[in-house]
Amino acid sequence: MYFDSVSALLQMDGHGSYVWSAYGITALTLIALLVAPLQRKKRQLRELRAHYRREQA
Amino acid sequence: MWAWFHKWSSPRWFYQLSGRLLPWLAVISAVCLLVGVAWGLLYVPPDYKQGNSFRIIYIHVPAAAVAMAGYMMMAIAGAISLVWRIKLADMVVKCAAPIGAALTFLALVTGAIWGKPTWGTWWVWDARITSVLVLFFLYIGIIALYEAFENKEAAGRACAILALVGAVNIPIIYWSVEWWYSLHQPASISFTGESSIHPSMLRPLMLTITGFYAFFGVALLMFVRNEILDRERNTRWVRELVTAAAR
Repeated sequence: MYFDSVSALLQMDGHGSYVWSAYGITALTLIALLVAPLQRKKRQLRELRAHYRREQA
Repeated sequence: MWAWFHKWSSPRWFYQLSGRLLPWLAVISAVCLLVGVAWGLLYVPPDYKQGNSFRIIYIHVPAAAVAMAGYMMMAIAGAISLVWRIKLADMVVKCAAPIGAALTFLALVTGAIWGKPTWGTWWVWDARITSVLVLFFLYIGIIALYEAFENKEAAGRACAILALVGAVNIPIIYWSVEWWYSLHQPASISFTGESSIHPSMLRPLMLTITGFYAFFGVALLMFVRNEILDRERNTRWVRELVTAAAR
């Protein structure tokens, strides 16, 4: 481990706010890229099921 | 060869195969990203000139690399969709655009955040940065163009053409740091000669690059699979799949 303490890790000699904000934005964006298709799939399955039921009726 | 090509382009076959592939890709991506990021943030010593800000490299370079490679893949899918009228290729073009746009956005934003402590500025109209901004607008343009058409077949063709034309931008991005050398540094990783980055910094970078490529694969497969369900809704196999999942 390069840093001696958690606060040193957070501060990174003054570069902490840059590094952590870059990683934070990246994490949020990547998570959004996974959540979006998962939610769309849920919605689609619901819609398709309703669509097929209507066809049968 | 042709049988292989046809099989691959069948949405049903692709749906089944991608479903089996997806968990593996997801595991590879998660492991590479988590290990690479932890290594890069916690264990690698800081750069002697840039200090700790250089740690942004572990997300900036992979995001930019995959944004460019993703564009090339999208342009090739566009060519396949134009020449052979393959539905699956058309879906890939449509689905790759938002993922590529998000990764290009990340490359630009992490680059700006890195630029502030390193160059003293968030933004500069350097050739590399400007051409990546053009890449971002190309991705956004493809999304907007697709939405602009009522007829989805015409939309697919227009997007494929735009993707192909925009591909000229990729070599421009790639060599921009050599042709118009200004603030952005040239490549540190070389496949033919010796890399100018220290191995201790390079190893975690290789991991996060692999992780981002695998992530792109995961996201693309998820988007394309949804698109397949939507467009093939009137086929028997999708009906059976959906009704079986309900039980």
